[in-house]
Amino acid sequence: MNIDKKQTLLASLGKILDKNSILEKEEDLRPYECDGLSAYRQLPMLVVLPETIAEIQAIVHLCQQQKIPVVARGAGTGLSGGALPSDDCLLLGLARLNKILDIDKNNLLATVQPGVRNLAISDAVSGLGLYYAPDPSSQIACTIGGNVAENSGGVHCLKYGLTVHNIAQLKVVTIDGELLTIGGFTYDSPGYDLLALMTGSEGLLGIIVEVTVRLLPKPETAKVILASFDDIEKAGEAVNNIISAGIIPAGLEMMDTLAIRAAEDFVHAGYPSDACAILLCELDGTSVEVTDQIASVEHLLTSSGATEIRTSANEEERQLFWKGRKAAFPSVGRISPDYYCMDGTIPRKALASILGQISQLSVDYGLPVANVFHAGDGNLHPLILYDANIPGELEKTEEFGGRILELCVAAGGTITGEHGVGMEKIDQMCVQFKPLELTQFHAIKSAFDPDNLLNPGKAVPTLHRCAELGAMHVHHGKLSHPELDRF
Amino acid sequence: MTDISRDLQQQVKQAFNNQQPLFIQGSGSKQFLLQSENDQLLNVCTHTGVINYEPTELVITARAGTSLNEIETLLKQHKQILGFEPPRFSSTATLGGTIACNMSGPRRPYAGAARDFILGCEIINGRGELLHFGGEVMKNVAGYDSSRLMAGAYGTLGVLLELSIRVLPQPEMEQSIMLEMNREEAIKICTQFRQQANTVSAACHINQQLYLRLSGNAQAVKQACEQTGGETLDDAGNFWQTIKEHQHPFFQSQKPLWRLSIPPANAAPELDDDSLLDWGGGLYWLLTNLPAAQIKMAAANAGGHATLFRNPAEEKDRFTSLPAPMRALHKKLKQAFDPGSILNPDLFSKVL
Repeated sequence: MNIDKKQTLLASLGKILDKNSILEKEEDLRPYECDGLSAYRQLPMLVVLPETIAEIQAIVHLCQQQKIPVVARGAGTGLSGGALPSDDCLLLGLARLNKILDIDKNNLLATVQPGVRNLAISDAVSGLGLYYAPDPSSQIACTIGGNVAENSGGVHCLKYGLTVHNIAQLKVVTIDGELLTIGGFTYDSPGYDLLALMTGSEGLLGIIVEVTVRLLPKPETAKVILASFDDIEKAGEAVNNIISAGIIPAGLEMMDTLAIRAAEDFVHAGYPSDACAILLCELDGTSVEVTDQIASVEHLLTSSGATEIRTSANEEERQLFWKGRKAAFPSVGRISPDYYCMDGTIPRKALASILGQISQLSVDYGLPVANVFHAGDGNLHPLILYDANIPGELEKTEEFGGRILELCVAAGGTITGEHGVGMEKIDQMCVQFKPLELTQFHAIKSAFDPDNLLNPGKAVPTLHRCAELGAMHVHHGKLSHPELDRF
Repeated sequence: MTDISRDLQQQVKQAFNNQQPLFIQGSGSKQFLLQSENDQLLNVCTHTGVINYEPTELVITARAGTSLNEIETLLKQHKQILGFEPPRFSSTATLGGTIACNMSGPRRPYAGAARDFILGCEIINGRGELLHFGGEVMKNVAGYDSSRLMAGAYGTLGVLLELSIRVLPQPEMEQSIMLEMNREEAIKICTQFRQQANTVSAACHINQQLYLRLSGNAQAVKQACEQTGGETLDDAGNFWQTIKEHQHPFFQSQKPLWRLSIPPANAAPELDDDSLLDWGGGLYWLLTNLPAAQIKMAAANAGGHATLFRNPAEEKDRFTSLPAPMRALHKKLKQAFDPGSILNPDLFSKVL
């Protein structure tokens, strides 16, 4: 870090923000050294906590003038290191912009500041019988700005889509400090679909300073079926049979033995601990519709070989069935000192084969894996259990994780379904994309941010990095001189 | 089923080297909207064939020149549909043209637009490079979302070669009803319907009648019809077809046809000409000789925007122009994909 640079920046920032909004002491910077991927840590040069769009415009413009990298951060719950600072960056914390600005119940829109929590939106419109559909598991804490930056998903994507399907308009500050309005309140907007391009761009194209989300009416009723299987392949087949019958469940989740047992021991949701797999199938809509579809799905599950089927009798039981699934990550955290959460997506038909290969790798690496799966949309979350205190085990885990993602790509899937690339999966991007596509991504980046100041080094690897990685794969399979920075 | 991607790639490469502007065309079914007189034609319509279709994965991948007719016929055999109910405007309309124009039919407010269903694509950029974005899975956040960016880009960022599209199960039952009311009441009722969980899948108002289509689970549709009342619409399939394809008597006119996209619950634009309301209040089709400036102003005042869709008296001012900073960004993005500005440059200046 260049001390002069920092002093110059501090002096200029002092003209924009009051001193309570600028953090520079190490103990103040410490909470910002990592996001939800805590294995990666780095103190930023400075943290600023603006409260208005005008302040953000001035800050970003300043950083452009002084060539300071800008890393935007919401609640810091991301799982891919997207908000990981660099030692020369200004970390732009957006959590203070936490107001709900407008609710348009007739057009089913809510306009909010980026630091508003995902669940706070649904809470605010609940009295109107409405909600915001995307529900990442961190929804109690994560912010909508971060959701847009990552194109967050959740357990209801199969029916209700991802963030990109549920937002109408964004206000974005460009690296020039200019404020752009992207999208609109109509069902389509003139110009390119920059709303899609910005969603999931991980803070590399602009700073999201206002979000208008689309709201939905709360379903009249929802019920969930808990089905047990003695064979994971049968559970996969059951998923296909439900989809083939023309039913799109609101949620369709699968867990394997290790995940089931961990969850059951933790929250006592009544899961059958002897099952090889369970499916949770939620159906929502009007009462007649749900009653009818529950009957169909129960029948389909039975004929697919489910060993036990239970349907939630009331809202309390529905919540209990979900409780185990929602507690899957922390409950795995109880049985292992550390765990590493992967996020690949595969075509559903590849499920049995991928799970087979993962369990073989698990034996090879000597690391247990618990599998939690958004079965409806093919998004797989293998949790690798490890102990960071054992020297070399984190590196071994990362390598194992990388192998899983490569399996996903080979099966026609992707390295990240909803957590983003960030810093974590930057090397797997070299497997997912060829140099021409990566070059095109860099060209898009340059169109928005020619000096590469917005969240640099994340999401899209340089060709050089990929070439070096490719060579290293061939020669060693693991990095030599791991202490060296590689770009 | 033919693969002419190498040939198309050669043509684009050559055009890039010779700085020869190209006009990309599928079957030409949307010529009434998009034309270019001078540029060399790049014909994609023989690049055809369904490459992969797996009903249980809810995805179909097809070459851009494949006709919507072929795709929708195939889907129907497996009781599936394109959720955005694309208009064809000609029996030959292609998948590529439909996506390039982001065209969606009556189901759009309730199921999503063309762009919402795109999972992946293969394109040729303006350098003649073959690129692949996205894939065949629903959840995929690796790299910038360059697939959805192609929807509504009118081919100005790349020649669409292949598209992977999410499909939906065909609703178990569909029934349509008619309710007599004026437009203001119709907007109010459509707003109320959106605020409740129900099975509405299309809502259109014309000649003092609100037409509602209810789709989904048979029990739910029957219940909704009973609750809503009104008169059952016989031959409903045909009615919605005529709305989607502009074959309804309303559209039989030589007057300029304007398309106004308005937030659905907002008051109607203040223009007292002949209009048809679709998308539950979100889309107005307007037949009028009024000047473009007046129509665009009225659309803007109602919170939306306007496009001169058919029968223009003149070509200029058909589309809504972007504010200066947005236009500058569009130019940079265009340059990132097409540095020689050879892909539909005419459309770029006209539409964007």
